[in-house]
Amino acid sequence: MAAPMNSAWERLRHGHTLPILTILAALAIVWYLGAIWLNSQRVIDGYEADDELKNKWTTGDLIRDTLSMERPVLPAPDQVVVELDHSVLEVAPTSNRSLLYHAWVTLSAALVGFALGSLLGIALAIAIVHVATLERALLPWVIASQTIPILAIAPMIIVVLGSIGLVGLLPKAFISAYLCFFPVTIGMVKGLTSPEPLQLDLIRTYSASRGQIFRKLRWPASFPFLFPSLKIAVALAVVGAIVGELPTGAAAGLGARLLAGSYYGQTVQIWSALVLASLLAALSVGAVGWVERLTLRHTGGEG
Amino acid sequence: MAKIERLRDRSGAEVSPQPRQPVVEIAGLNLVFETADAPVTALSNVDLTVSHGDFVSLIGPSGCGKTTLLRVIADLQRASSGTIKVNGGSPEAARLNRAYGYVFQAAALYPWRTVLRNVTLPLEIMGMPRQERMERAARVLELVELSGFEGKFPWQLSGGMQQRVSIARALSFDPDLLLMDEPFGALDEIIRDRLNEQLLQLWKRTGKTVIFVTHSIPEAVFLSSRIVVMSPRPGRIVDIVESSLPRDRNFEIREATAFADIAHRVRLGLRHGHGSADE
Repeated sequence: MAAPMNSAWERLRHGHTLPILTILAALAIVWYLGAIWLNSQRVIDGYEADDELKNKWTTGDLIRDTLSMERPVLPAPDQVVVELDHSVLEVAPTSNRSLLYHAWVTLSAALVGFALGSLLGIALAIAIVHVATLERALLPWVIASQTIPILAIAPMIIVVLGSIGLVGLLPKAFISAYLCFFPVTIGMVKGLTSPEPLQLDLIRTYSASRGQIFRKLRWPASFPFLFPSLKIAVALAVVGAIVGELPTGAAAGLGARLLAGSYYGQTVQIWSALVLASLLAALSVGAVGWVERLTLRHTGGEG
Repeated sequence: MAKIERLRDRSGAEVSPQPRQPVVEIAGLNLVFETADAPVTALSNVDLTVSHGDFVSLIGPSGCGKTTLLRVIADLQRASSGTIKVNGGSPEAARLNRAYGYVFQAAALYPWRTVLRNVTLPLEIMGMPRQERMERAARVLELVELSGFEGKFPWQLSGGMQQRVSIARALSFDPDLLLMDEPFGALDEIIRDRLNEQLLQLWKRTGKTVIFVTHSIPEAVFLSSRIVVMSPRPGRIVDIVESSLPRDRNFEIREATAFADIAHRVRLGLRHGHGSADE
């Protein structure tokens, strides 16, 4: 009987589950303590204003009340979970009161932006690697493009595109693409130039054309660099889509929920939108990671 | 199909030495690398002719330019002056015609390709149909005793097996000229002996021309019909030793007096050319 117990313990100890759960528990404790601390002043003020409760409240009362306020400074994790449960599971996903509906609005823009940005990033990298002057001409601009604060340029992109009749998904997708082409370009330039001199000499002895060198050597050699870039890009794409929803006061999307929540002091709503946004980004990164493992298995990856 | 048959037809029969066409002709060749501080002369006034069916070893200490010379023949490096002809034309024309197979010091396998697809890489680039690619790959993998490893990835093989894959890859398109740059340098003595013997068999059977870089005297003497002794700073040829050993040789020949005599002359050439004993 000892052996399976032992192996289960071993698996827990060496796997990812235990460390992740430990950190999660620690975060939850810090969050609860933070909620009590940040909300206590307003609760105490409430007690003091009430003649019946004045000087009669206990620490137990304080903790209970700080964790169940309607508009807390920092909502407790369980309040966020209840709100998520309510707005995700109890409302039809097509309703605009459903957080899933808003998540989909954001995700669809993010995914379109991710696709556009990745293609642009790969195309730029291919051009930079093959045309020597482009490395000097283009790369500084690629880097400069990311020094512009996206929050400043996003409203202008929305307004300019709106004036030529582009509204809805596409302007947000462009902002996502603007953010996510950069890591792809940088990663792919590195990946496409990663073949060793020996590997290049070898294919040269077969008098391969430039196209063949690209297809048979540079492109497959870039995969280990492509996927980490794509993971960063897809997370940025979600950020881009949310940023794109803020300046116009869009009617739908997680960004719109964040904005509406902050207008009306609905902190629980803000936090549940935030949690869903990070879940969305995490799932997207996970999906890219899954494609990566699938690809690497077919191309000799050791893992 | 005609090309495939050639490997088979030649097997068994001893290759007749009559044609003796020059495959590589080098005269007055110099190569100077321009570096930041001072130009470095890698090759100085090299004259060398390699005839069809020769097994020529280039031997010398590190830095004597033997690899550089091989790279000039392969058109991976350009000479500064002098003339060089490969198959009667320029090295570039020979490279564009895929006239030679090059085996590098390291196996240089593409890690994302299986053994099979590493071997078929040159055939894919040459646009050979799939059926023929598979046939050729099967045959050369059998030649290097790696049948059954087709689906493995390079990291799953030992260093010696990887180098055998790289030899199979060079043989897959049946080039008449093999350029080998210390192909067994990184392997242990036992595997090295074995691969030397296999290489000798292959040379005897196919009549290919081989130019082989090494810094091992026994390896050079055992394999070669001619041994080119080189010295460093600047890289130049100090002696060319014609081997009196028969083409048909096996490991016992290492005990022969002629073997010792040739090895002695090569050693003298190396000492004379070098002056010091840092190799």
